Amino acid sequence: MKTDATAPPQKKKAVDWVTIRADFPILDQEVHGQPLIYFDNAATTQKPRAVLDALRRYYERDNANVHRGIHELSNRATAAFEAARVRAAAFVNARSAQEIIFTRGTTESINLVAQAWGSHNVKAGNRILLTEMEHHSNIVPWQLLAERTGAKLVYLPVTGDIGLLDLSHFDQWLAEGTKLFAMTHISNSLGTINPVSELCARARNLGITTLVDAAQSAGHRPLDVQEIGCDFLAFSGHKMCGPTGIGVLYGRQEVLEEMPPYQGGGEMILNVDLQQSTWKHAPHKFEAGTPDISGAVGLHAAMDYLDAIGRHKIAAHDQELGAYAYAKVSRLKGGIRLFGPHIGRAGLVSFLLKDVHAHDVVTVADQRGVALRGGHHCNQPLMRKLGVESTARASFYFYNTTTEIDRFSEVLGEIQNFFGG
Amino acid sequence: MFDELNDLYQQVILDHCKHPRNFRELDHPTCSAQGHNPLCGDQLKVFLSLDGDVIKEISFLGSGCCISKASASLLTESLKGKKKADVQQIFDRVHEMVMTGRVTGDVGKLAVFAGVHKFPARVKCAILAWHAVMAALKGDGQPVSTENQGA
Repeated sequence: MKTDATAPPQKKKAVDWVTIRADFPILDQEVHGQPLIYFDNAATTQKPRAVLDALRRYYERDNANVHRGIHELSNRATAAFEAARVRAAAFVNARSAQEIIFTRGTTESINLVAQAWGSHNVKAGNRILLTEMEHHSNIVPWQLLAERTGAKLVYLPVTGDIGLLDLSHFDQWLAEGTKLFAMTHISNSLGTINPVSELCARARNLGITTLVDAAQSAGHRPLDVQEIGCDFLAFSGHKMCGPTGIGVLYGRQEVLEEMPPYQGGGEMILNVDLQQSTWKHAPHKFEAGTPDISGAVGLHAAMDYLDAIGRHKIAAHDQELGAYAYAKVSRLKGGIRLFGPHIGRAGLVSFLLKDVHAHDVVTVADQRGVALRGGHHCNQPLMRKLGVESTARASFYFYNTTTEIDRFSEVLGEIQNFFGG
Repeated sequence: MFDELNDLYQQVILDHCKHPRNFRELDHPTCSAQGHNPLCGDQLKVFLSLDGDVIKEISFLGSGCCISKASASLLTESLKGKKKADVQQIFDRVHEMVMTGRVTGDVGKLAVFAGVHKFPARVKCAILAWHAVMAALKGDGQPVSTENQGA
């Protein structure tokens, strides 16, 4: 069932998105006496039985520490861990498995780059170009780097509620001493899908290093790092059917080889003396300590699971749900403010009901079995730009249905009545 | 239709949320303090005018969810005319009530917040204005955040 990211979409066989729900044991339950409608997938997705089984099988059959082991179980654990690396390389179409570093998630992946690459390459006066729609995890590591080095952060503006990037100064700002350009592929609070390939190409032409935060896109659409042309790409396992605690940093091999290590410890060294040490080549140079082996095994199973469905199909279904929900809730009578692009959006809607705080929306929706998220979504600068403190957000995955969106929209209507007048 | 929610959003709370009382800045407050809940972005400021030991005027401004606005509004009503020395005791009772649902003494109208304890994520909303008042009376002028107060 394995497919690879570069393979053309499989023959048009319709996916039955309703029966696929049976793969997710957690979805079959009631919350507050109502059928669970899980719409918090941008925060974390649920796990299919295939992933849960892979974790159980690993711990019941193969668990041991990796590398340097000579016994059978250690060999199996090492083989499973390294097979996950090969699988992840295929998943994003990296040139080799040496370009895949396992981390705890997107946040650690970006911190790794900010520390290991940043400290080595960024000097006082250099610019780091970001966008106003970045998650805190793609802002704060760069702020820490800027503090250490005296670099300056510059942000591409977001064009109001419609949530697109204002690129009018992009080339000019790139040319003005920018060392690194880092951007999100899909905004977690707007649903904007950024043209990462085009923007990376424009940065690359000027010799600028690029990083793509793929936390919201990795499990939702095909990803090809060669086509995107980025130097780094970061994503998390738990937002794409995998376990929490495992993530990936893709790094272009030439860039990785020049970088100093991230953390020091076991697994990453060649030789340790009392005063100095030498270390392995990438990716092992960046993986100090016992890694999350079961996490990698679970992530492997998640990638197989997603590709058995087909990421092209998941992407199409995502956009269908996003468009359906956007159209549906925009027709609500009591006044609703919607954020993000009208068309071509990812599978989420971010909104505010007139005169109802996002947290009140989420509390009431929860009582109707609908799991939403309300708050700043780790996008405080973006919230300030939009002039709001928070938004409520419904974010979908392939196991969600239009019937659930109908129910969600009905619940929003009830909430308007409840707080209205 | 929303029976379970009526515990949280009682009529009195909905009323104070839609029509907050004492929702203004005082001209010459004796003290004031800013309260901030970084989890939801709620910001409010309370103003107090003291006559000796007695709270003569009390008001608030800010934005937030229904629970935090209603809590601030009812707080201003219940503390007006109270002695400064009594505020700690009322705070303790309200705190205990929103954390556990137990009412350990007379809290007057504030009893409408007893249902909040069933919604752990909303306890901080209900207690935000109270932290701000305690900070104002302490008089160090420091903004107070729910994240540094352990709820």
